[in-house]
Amino acid sequence: MNAARHPRLLFEKIWDAHVVGDIGEGAVLVYIDRHLVNEVTSPQAFEGLRLAGRSVRRPGATIAVADHNVPTGDRSGGVAAIADIDSRLQVQTLERNVEEFGVPYIPLVSRQQGIVHVVGPELGLTLPGMTIVCGDSHTSTHGAFGALAFGIGSSEVEHVLATQTLVQQKPKSMLIKVNNRLGAGITPKDLILHIIGKIGTAGATGHVIEYAGEAVTALEMAGRMTLCNMSIEAGARAGMIAPDETVYAWLRNCPHAPKGEAFEAAVAQWETLRSDKGATFDKTLIIDGRDVAPMVTWGTSPEAVTTIDGLIPDPAVIEDTAKRKAVMAMLDYMGLEPGRPIKGLPVDIVFIGSCTNGRIEDLRAAAEVIRGRRVAAGVRGLVVPGSGEVKGAAEAEGLDRIFLEAGFEWREPGCSMCLGMNPDQVPPGQRCASTSNRNFAGRQGPGSRTHLVAPAMAAAAAIAGELVDVREIAR
Amino acid sequence: MMEPVRDIAGQAIPLRIDNVDTDMIIPAKYLKTITRKGLASGAFEALRSRPGNLLDDPAYAGASILVAGDNFGCGSSREHAPWALLDLGIRCVIAPSIADIFYNNCFKNGILPIRLPLRSVERLMGLAAAPPTSQMTVSLVNQTIASADGVTEHFEIDTARKADLIKGVDEIDRSLREAQAIQRFEAHDRTARPWVRDMASDFLV
Ligand code: SF4
Repeated sequence: MNAARHPRLLFEKIWDAHVVGDIGEGAVLVYIDRHLVNEVTSPQAFEGLRLAGRSVRRPGATIAVADHNVPTGDRSGGVAAIADIDSRLQVQTLERNVEEFGVPYIPLVSRQQGIVHVVGPELGLTLPGMTIVCGDSHTSTHGAFGALAFGIGSSEVEHVLATQTLVQQKPKSMLIKVNNRLGAGITPKDLILHIIGKIGTAGATGHVIEYAGEAVTALEMAGRMTLCNMSIEAGARAGMIAPDETVYAWLRNCPHAPKGEAFEAAVAQWETLRSDKGATFDKTLIIDGRDVAPMVTWGTSPEAVTTIDGLIPDPAVIEDTAKRKAVMAMLDYMGLEPGRPIKGLPVDIVFIGSCTNGRIEDLRAAAEVIRGRRVAAGVRGLVVPGSGEVKGAAEAEGLDRIFLEAGFEWREPGCSMCLGMNPDQVPPGQRCASTSNRNFAGRQGPGSRTHLVAPAMAAAAAIAGELVDVREIAR
Repeated sequence: MMEPVRDIAGQAIPLRIDNVDTDMIIPAKYLKTITRKGLASGAFEALRSRPGNLLDDPAYAGASILVAGDNFGCGSSREHAPWALLDLGIRCVIAPSIADIFYNNCFKNGILPIRLPLRSVERLMGLAAAPPTSQMTVSLVNQTIASADGVTEHFEIDTARKADLIKGVDEIDRSLREAQAIQRFEAHDRTARPWVRDMASDFLV
């Protein structure tokens, strides 16, 4: 707008363009372009509207889909056939609410149903320069398109429904620049785990991360989404990447993205969405992409991570008492021997899916490792596409056959085993190599033991029956 | 609606764990509720299944303050976490750092989240660990924490958020008063960014 303006960061440009008004003491009202709604964090928000006699200000900027609770088995019975009473009630409540408030909704039986962070981008609901929120922390995923996207709580969901705005304090900024390309067989999941291992789960608290550098711009959209998705595991408010031709190419194929001249006009504006030379970040981290190796978590926090060649830490050599105790508690929960190599650790379950790694590219990477091989005896393998569209595309390519013939389960889309809210759970004491994003105690079910890995690494673990370096079994 | 916050006087429970995540505060299976209430029984379920846990220790009955380790409330955006704390009677959380979304959610529910330097948290943690000295008084107005050893600690808090907590502001109501500014923004944006369009006709059947 104003050429004489001081240099600004990508996130500041989006921020400034969405400030509706100043409400004093450093707080502003920020306009929200897109509001994604799920069944878990919205019931209390709709109830709040109802009690106050309020309506949804802009239903057309809102879209709802159920993902956390939904069973991933046979769907033919629809919502009424969800066996768990509380899960069924939550999905039914969402359906009642979207009807009452006139909010667009993707039903459970639709081919477009899936995890909200997979659905938004593939339908073209996520566009560069937008402000996007959802009552879910992994909303940071959408930052891969050069959007400012972040998770909110239910009270804020209610606030956005009622006003299409949020009361916000301006966050700080952080640059994570990854020089050089990632090595052969190294994935964006390994990169983000590497970053979290370096800065810790509170390393970016209060900050919006902008990812840049050769390793980042070389990534396809799925990889960019994986990276931005787990920004929250580094404590960040949001993660984002400046939009470029990779983004536009993706959007040209999306059903609800702008078309034709409207699209070209949009691109012209999106091209201005980059951090100006001379604009400064509050924090900077520079990484060499060549240093990143396949990563595996060993503890109950995403920062408790090592390379596949690494050792499980030995608390005996940790001087800081609090840290030593924390590591001991994690090893105890995870049933791990101190000091042994992480490689060779037997797994009971392999889960390939989630909003981190449930996209077609992730399934292709896993299938590539699996093709013509079999899941090790005694291991349960699940492949859960992130959406119905992903599932359909995978089936069209024959990936489902590869997984089924190898002995994997091929399931309906949803959050599935990422969290213990639907029937897909890791039984107590069992060990799971998982492509999801959180390894908290009990996350995948009470007593579950999670090792976060990339899709190819998960596939390799399924075949070997233990954690292995995918590069060693690659063809 | 949210209870206003001014002074919080009561016992503090020490929770000497870093990275207390929202799954630990309230496991996923309890998120199936459609109301804000009734989460106390599921709060800190795994922790409370251990004998001798402080949350169920009669010596801490009625405690209203939680002193915790670094990066408290990390993980998901679930507001069920502050709802569960409220249900337990907790009105104030003190930690060296508190994860962003959880921090935000506290303000919407009349819980005062306080970030203090590690050394100060350590000191309060030590006092909280011995029930005779675990009594503290937090004054939001003065931004102080007075403890049994006679020391008064000062804490920082954003002025806008402080004012809202003290008044127990209905944030939605206040934002709705900006309706004209919101309308102006929308009218301008329709021509500036026509591609950010309403999706209703695409999805409503
Ligand atoms: S897949 Fe997992 S992290 Fe993603 S939205 Fe679902 S529960 Fe959350």
